[in-house]
Amino acid sequence: MFRWKLPDWYDRWKKDNPVTLGSLTGPIILFLVGFSAWIAAIALIVWYNWAQPESLQTGPRGAGMSVPNLAGLDAPDKSIEAYYTEEAYTPEAGEDLAKDVYENVQVLGDLTDANFTRLMLAMTEWVSPEQGCAYCHNEENLADDDVYTKIVSRRMIQMTRNINENWDGHVGETGVNCYTCHRGQNVPSGIWFKIAPQLEAASGWAAVQNYATDQSVSTSLPHDALEKLLLEDGQINVHDLEPRVPGSTADVGELASIQDTERTYSLMNYFSHSLGVNCTFCHNTRAFYDGAQITPQWATAYQGIDMVQEMNQEYLVPLRDTYPANRLGPMHEDAPKAACNTCHKGYNKPMMGLPMLSDWPELAAEGPPEYE
Amino acid sequence: MAEYFNIFNQVQVQGPPEAGMAGPGKPETDRVGPPFFNTWVGWIGNAQIGPIYLGFLGIVSLVTFILALNIVGLNMLAQVGWSISEFLRQGFWLALEPPGPQHGLSMPPLDEGGWYIIASLFLLISVMSWWVRSYLRADALGMGKHVCWAFLAAIWLFLVLGLFRPVLMGCWCEAVPYGIFPHLDWTTAFSIRYGNLYYNPFHALSIVFLYGSALLFAMHGATILAVTRMGGDRELEQIADRGTASERAALFWRWTMGFNATMEGIHRWAFWFAILTPITGGIGILLTGTVVDNWYLWAVEHHFAPEHPGEYGYDVYQGGE
Repeated sequence: MFRWKLPDWYDRWKKDNPVTLGSLTGPIILFLVGFSAWIAAIALIVWYNWAQPESLQTGPRGAGMSVPNLAGLDAPDKSIEAYYTEEAYTPEAGEDLAKDVYENVQVLGDLTDANFTRLMLAMTEWVSPEQGCAYCHNEENLADDDVYTKIVSRRMIQMTRNINENWDGHVGETGVNCYTCHRGQNVPSGIWFKIAPQLEAASGWAAVQNYATDQSVSTSLPHDALEKLLLEDGQINVHDLEPRVPGSTADVGELASIQDTERTYSLMNYFSHSLGVNCTFCHNTRAFYDGAQITPQWATAYQGIDMVQEMNQEYLVPLRDTYPANRLGPMHEDAPKAACNTCHKGYNKPMMGLPMLSDWPELAAEGPPEYE
Repeated sequence: MAEYFNIFNQVQVQGPPEAGMAGPGKPETDRVGPPFFNTWVGWIGNAQIGPIYLGFLGIVSLVTFILALNIVGLNMLAQVGWSISEFLRQGFWLALEPPGPQHGLSMPPLDEGGWYIIASLFLLISVMSWWVRSYLRADALGMGKHVCWAFLAAIWLFLVLGLFRPVLMGCWCEAVPYGIFPHLDWTTAFSIRYGNLYYNPFHALSIVFLYGSALLFAMHGATILAVTRMGGDRELEQIADRGTASERAALFWRWTMGFNATMEGIHRWAFWFAILTPITGGIGILLTGTVVDNWYLWAVEHHFAPEHPGEYGYDVYQGGE
């Protein structure tokens, strides 16, 4: 039977190598130093970690739903300080309207003269601070329509009103005006053109991916995502909503393929990059598709997709023939188009939620403005 | 006097090249290339390089592999207009892509995935002939076929990814692109498309065996190195005739965790953990899209993953913003 007795050699060895306090000094010091350093490191991480951003919980516990504290993380947007705005003049009864005073005022005719001039001045600050009125107007005759930028800006005012009136699900009370995109520049940053296919000697799917582009956020994912999903009406959702679904990805148009999935992923990368947020801002990443496991931001973004499609299809693309050649796309000579980054420019709310509409009821909706 | 270290071995045997035993057929003519010695190689293994057995299958395997590799590389080069600098710049991004979904299992035009099919065919011939070659060489040496079966486990995963599953799905478009980043895109898209692969139990098993293999390899390698000074690196002798090295190694593990593998059995642990990694992984891939289309929902259905009902949005948790 096994006996719990240590062998003799162990007793002899122990006798020959007695443990004394002196022989333990080194290990004890080492242990104490190491242990204190460990405690200090833990304490530093837990209580005094200056590099640790606060995070916000965005879903039930256990689902990994958190986003960095956006307000704490964002560097203040410089264009907030540069924003020019001026309160509206409340019209008095019997005041002359722009359409009575000036010729050829097609969309802003219902503004009083004072407010019309105020808006014209602001638009100059927002869009062409260097060129001034002459950027859009023939200075000999301001009513003339012979400068292409005037045609474009007229359409852009209509687009702005449409966004504020019909897409408040996306832009909310904050609203948008020219400055949301332009930020003092003639051509807003973050516009895009069709860039597919980038690859030669290949066609189909092989030609529109595997190349580092801005639109694919430098990934090798498809670079036609904006074109197919924010200009055309492509299918973004790629999941099956049941554990088992009949059919195959070879049934083109019925079930999403791996390639469709990569394109959607490319679009989502673009979203994430444009808004400075991660996936869990909108999705529970364990079940991207599940309508019961999404944040309210998902619905806002969803409306944004529809809104951008309408902006591109109804407003921006039809202006193609109005533009001179140098404003068209380098590859397909297409009109410049908008997407998330055109307004958001890296912030989950453009200009960190600065109200763009409060001073500008003229841009809130079609028809005569309503002043408070 | 020369000193023996077990990783960077300062003792290198460099004398007349070791010819090895003769093969059963043509003993002198079955190996090619004059053997030579390399000191650098000697620091991490045997300093003698060659001679190598090539044979018919070896030549087939080499030629078809070079063809496949060149088809992939030249396609990438053609995609960037034959510009070497652009090829280097975009190298990690470029790929030879499988055909699009509209082609199903047909042979598409060369620039729409046709080259992919041809390269895959050559790669298939190359890998399979290399496998037969490894079997025949093991047989010629009178060895067991363990290496071949282990290699076949990896080939199983390769075939599932590139042949079995695309055929079952009725679409070459399900196959993996040949490119550095693009094959990672495929991996991500595959998981997203089929409802999160982490809820695929065979994927989970594969990860267990993969990480387990790394752990076992580290434990075994460390144990043997630790008892080398007692002769523990002569593992086969220690298996047949256990000495103080394997006694101490066994005692070490029994002391620290109560259980020890045997000197022989540890190699079975390692073998099975390693080959089960691609075997279980391959099963998981094969079932995806063919039997299960959404692994998360499947997992919820089988009480393998919880649902997470609850409120979403940071407003809910921060008391509004």
